[in-house]
Parts: sequence; structure tokens; C-alpha cells
Amino acid sequence: MHHIKTLAASTAIVLCASAALAQDSITVAIQLEPPNLDPTGGAAQAIDSVLYANVFEGLTRFDADGAIIRGLAQSWDISDDGLVYTFNLAAGVTFHDGTTMDAEDVKFSLDRARAEDSTNAQKGLFAGITDVTVVDPLTVQVTLDQPNGSFLFNMAWGDAVIVAPESIENIASNPIGTGPFTFTDWVQGDRLELTRNDAYWGAAPALANATFRFISDPTAAFAAVMAEDVDAFVGFPAPENLPQFEADPRFQVLVGNTEGETILSINNQMPPFDNVLVRAAVASAIDRQAIINGAMFGLGTPIGTHFAPHNPDYVDLLSNSPHNPDVARALLAVAGFPDGFTTTLKLPPPSYARRGGEIIASQLRDIGIETEITNLEWAQWIEEVFTNKDFGLSIVSHTEPMDIGIYANPDYYFQYDNPDFQALMETLNATTDPAERSALLAQAQTILSQDYVNGYLFELAVATVAKADIQGLWVNQPTAAVDLTGVSWSN
Amino acid sequence: MSRNLIIGTALTLVFIALAAVSFIWTPADIENLDIPNKLQTPNGANLLGTDHFGRDILSMIMMGARTSIAVALVAVGIGMAIGIPLGLLAAARHGSLLDELIMRGNDLVFAFPSLVIAILITAVFGASAVNAIIAIGIFNIPVFARLTRGAALPIWERDFILAARVCGKSAARISIEHILPNITNLMIVQGTIQFSLGILAEAALSYIGLGAQPPTASWGRMLADAQTLVSIAPHTALIPGFAILLMVLGLNLMGDGLRDWLDPRIRVVRT
Repeated sequence: MHHIKTLAASTAIVLCASAALAQDSITVAIQLEPPNLDPTGGAAQAIDSVLYANVFEGLTRFDADGAIIRGLAQSWDISDDGLVYTFNLAAGVTFHDGTTMDAEDVKFSLDRARAEDSTNAQKGLFAGITDVTVVDPLTVQVTLDQPNGSFLFNMAWGDAVIVAPESIENIASNPIGTGPFTFTDWVQGDRLELTRNDAYWGAAPALANATFRFISDPTAAFAAVMAEDVDAFVGFPAPENLPQFEADPRFQVLVGNTEGETILSINNQMPPFDNVLVRAAVASAIDRQAIINGAMFGLGTPIGTHFAPHNPDYVDLLSNSPHNPDVARALLAVAGFPDGFTTTLKLPPPSYARRGGEIIASQLRDIGIETEITNLEWAQWIEEVFTNKDFGLSIVSHTEPMDIGIYANPDYYFQYDNPDFQALMETLNATTDPAERSALLAQAQTILSQDYVNGYLFELAVATVAKADIQGLWVNQPTAAVDLTGVSWSN
Repeated sequence: MSRNLIIGTALTLVFIALAAVSFIWTPADIENLDIPNKLQTPNGANLLGTDHFGRDILSMIMMGARTSIAVALVAVGIGMAIGIPLGLLAAARHGSLLDELIMRGNDLVFAFPSLVIAILITAVFGASAVNAIIAIGIFNIPVFARLTRGAALPIWERDFILAARVCGKSAARISIEHILPNITNLMIVQGTIQFSLGILAEAALSYIGLGAQPPTASWGRMLADAQTLVSIAPHTALIPGFAILLMVLGLNLMGDGLRDWLDPRIRVVRT
């Protein structure tokens, strides 16, 4: 017994000593664990959360505010007709396995992503590319079939990062990129470790080691932060606990916006939701503020269409579907459902969906629509709702940036099929003039709002809880990322 | 009557009364959320306060009592309806292949921890109150089958059974007319205990999201919902927690008391 005490005491001393010295490592928790580590092959956000900007880099990248800045491409020229982009790559860049990053790798990455058999989750980003030509090792030319105003934006996505043919085979378990951190270890179900890349071509990060942990249970998340098992929690799952962290001098709470339009997804092909009057009734039945207060404890901005309110092109269309149960009941009656109907409401795990679902069920019951709530795990949700489209209603946050284009795909899970909107999106993609693009985007937002495609609820806020002396964490989430390059301890 | 029996019965009756009253009246409508009024501590308007959606917790407890009792009652009913005939059959055919089959089948169900079976069933067939009832009912079957067989075997050796057989009564008639009345007390006691386990199982299944689905009120889900609120609104977790505690305690005390009261051997010793 005495020995154990001595051992415990000495261990404690060693731990304290190392904690005092080692202020160059960090443990960051996020909610979901990535299913694999290939950002160019998997759709899961968690892959980007861990790897974007840390391990993998693209030609361009998002900065903390969502602006597009230089990545591996140090500069670029755009031809007058807007069809040819010439990228000048940074010199002296090597992948983590020691091989050189040059124009050949860029060509390989883009060709692979846009190939017929590509498994890239965002193939649409590369759809306009007709040719990728290597001019010299540090210059690459990309030719498009038509001008594309968002091409540089597209190249900043996590799905467009540059990978190497030498290491592509095992990318899903051993990601090799060019970023400031190298992947060292992944203990599935527990943690993933990154180490500083001393051969990094850009400015070296302050942190030497980073550990990602995956905690999705809100109670466990609260306990882990309170016990200081983790140094920061990006995307803290329980907004009701934030005031406690704010009141605690050990922690800082950062609340920022995301690109997550949280919507009540409506199966547009399933009767009676194929009737626009029914969808309008659903929209009028929704009390957004009640959902934000009840499910998110006040965190979130109401939206009236599928667009982020902090985007300069956002149009406030909330007045199109104000909360009014009487109007909703009248609309249902006109649509031929004076007594309402019964439908399904399938909910994925996050609390915005589970709690929001109970609130929406109550609001819909008020106008006569009964919902059968089914709680699903993410894998089941992807299968039943997203893939098999077997649902009436669902709640989910669409966190991809500028994803209004999903409404142009009639096969997308909510199955909105409107040729006018599809034509509008084609025009938008071919337009480069910023003013014209703004006008087209406003038109697109208005169409979605007037067609009541989905119930537009709120823009998801992201809360990050971190120890008080950590600086440089992203406040906003312009893309799913936990960028550690600028993170450091202040003492 | 022992003090245990009185306290236990009183506690149980209180919850049964709450559940019964909820059919005709609750202090507030729990299907209408009143979010601005959320997380109120107990006060004059809401005797037990409100939850995170502004629902009246007393009303939730009453509706939850109804769910708990209904699930446990039907589950125990399933266990008795299938388990007791199986046990009687096994006792009547004591030593036969049928006896072996029934009892080994029961062993098979018993071999799995009850909650794991329940999770398996609700995971395969979907989470709902009905599936929770079936799941809890299934693991009640071997309990009653074994108990029935064990209690019936010594009775089969008794002289009055021999007399009945001499009179030409079939095994089935003897089981129903002579064996069953002699083991009823035992079944009531065991039923009470299984009832309390059923309440716990329902709360556990609902807690992990496999029991009654919203908007049906359930004590287990109230606890799960309150989990992240413990530090800011402890009453949201304490109240359903105490409801489960008191109900299960009441049933166990009642089961204990009933056993003392009904078991002839113990009664003889006491008097």
C-alpha cells in the first residue's frame, strides 16, 4: 500500500512537471469520429474536421472567416474568357512520405476526383473541368468548359485537396498530405494523433502534438471538459451547459456561425407533400424561435430559405412563412386535408434534431398533422432517409458551404424537381460577374422559399469550449475544420 | 399484515391512482409545449416545476406512471400467460422429453441477460412501447415457467392428487383444478416482483431511447432528457428518479409483505 502511494505521488509530480513544460500539445474533442481518413473519397464531415488544413492542403483554402486564400497555389492567372486557370505552385513542398509535391500531383488529384469511377463525395465541384495540363513542375493549367465564378471556392473544399499517387492506396487509413501536421496514430473509437511536420513548407505551427478525441454523448462531453480531460471541444453538443462554462474562469466559450442550414426536410415526391399547399402549411405551422429556444437554448439564427444569413448574398425571406397556425390550418383545408394526416418524422442523433423534432411534432399536431417520431443513428439515417428516401419529414443540418446547388439535383434525398431552378443554377454556374451572381442567388433563394421546398428552421451555431489560455481557434466554421495551424497556448 | 405490506401497498396504490387519474385529468396538457416557461422550479402553477420544453412535470409523471404500469403489467401478463402453462405442462410430464425441451428452452432464454435480449429485440424490430412490452414479456416467461414447475412438482406427490388421478381426472384437469390454485399465492408474489423489474426495464429501455417514443411520456426518457440539465435544473432529473425509486420500492415491499402474509409455512411459524 505504501508503495502504491509513493508511486501515485511521484506520478503526480511527473505529470505536473510535464504539464508545466508541455504547452505545445493539445487535446481537442469533436463529436463524431471519421469513418475513414480520405477526404477525397468519403462524405463524412468528421474527416475534414480532423484533416483539413492540418494534414491535407488544396490549391486554395478557406481562412477562419470563410474567405478564399492561397493554399498550395501561391498565385494564379485567369484567362480573359474565364476558361483557363494557371496556378503557380509553392516551391519546395513535400508530402509527409518525403516525395515532392509538384504539378503532376495536382493533375493526378484533379483527374482522379473528376474521373468516371471517382468516389469523391462532391464530384460536382470538378464537373466543369475539361483538361488539366502540367506546364512545368510548379505550374499547372486547368481548363473549364464554361466560366465558373466559384471555381477558386470549389478548389478550397476538403474534397479538392492535393494527394499523391505514391500514397493514394492506403489514404483511408494512412493519410499522407502536405500539411503542417503529419498523421501518426488512430486508435479507432478512442483517439487520433497528429505530430508537427518539421519539413513543412510554410510557417511552422506552434503546437508540436495534437490529439483528437471523439465524444458524441452530451453528458460525457460536459464531464470531459469539466474534468479538463480535453483542452478544447469544437462543436460542443449541449448548448444548455454553455452558461456554466462561461461563468467558469478556467474556460472560454466561442460561439460562431456555421454553414449549417438546419431544415425540416420534406419528401417532395411523397404525397401529400407533393402538394405545395401542404408544404406551405407545414412552413406556417413552424415557430422557429420556439425551436431555437427549446432545442438550442437560444443559439441560432432563423432562416427563411436555404442560405447562410452571414453571407452577403443572403435574402431575408422569413416574412414568406411567418408562424401562423390559423393560416396553416386554412392551407391544409384548401389542400384537401381539413382533418390533417399522419406522416413519419425520422430524426438523426444531434440534439437539434431530437429536441427540435419533439417541438416540431407538437407544432404540427397543433394544425392537425400527426407525426410518428423515429430516432435513428447516423448510419441508419443515411440508409433510410438519405439513400432510400423512405421518410415523410426529417430534421438535419446541411453544413456544406454554399450548397444551394443541391436543389438542382432531383435525386437528392428531398427530391425537389423544378426545371426552372435547375436552369437557374446552370446560369449561375456560368456567371462570373459578382453583381449578376448576387442577383441570381437572390432569385434562387426566393424560388426555394416560395415553393416551400423544406421547412427552413435556423442557421446552426457552433460553440467551442476551450481552456482560457488557448488562442487561435476558429470561432466560425466556414467549412468543417479544426484548423490547428494558428493555435497556441498564451502562457 | 406487516408494516412492509402496508407501506408497499400504499406507495403502489398512489402511483396506480396517479396513472388512473391521468386518463381523465392532468394538471396540464403535456402535448402542448410552452417553451418560454421552461425549467421552472416547483411553484404554485407547476407543483413539480417544468422540464426543458416547459411541460408540467407532475403531468409528465402521471402520464409516465401510466406508461410504466401499462408496459410492466402487459409484460408480466405475457410472462404469466405463457410461462405458467409451460411450467404446468413440464410438471405434469415430469421426466419426459417434453419436460426437458421446455426447461432447456427456458435455460436458453435465461442464459442471456434480460436487458440484452430486450435491446436486441427493440434494435431488430424498432424502438416502441409495444416492442418494449414484448421484450420484457419474453424474459418473464422462463421466470414463471421455472417457478411453476418447481412449485407444482411437490404437489403432484401429494395424496389428494393421487385421489384425483384414481378418480380418472386427466393431467390437464388436475393441473388446472388442483395444482394451479395451490400455487396462485406464489405467482402473485412473484408477479409483484416481476412487475417492479418490468418498471425498471421499461425505464432502462426508454432511457437509452429504445422504449416508448415521444410524445408518449416515460420516466426513463425524462431522466435521459434531464441528463445534461442536472447541474442547472436538478429537479428535472430528481423527480422522475424518485418516481422510479418509490414505485419500485413500493412494489418490492409489497412483494415481500405479500410473501410473508400468503406463505402458509411462514404464517404458521409466526402464529
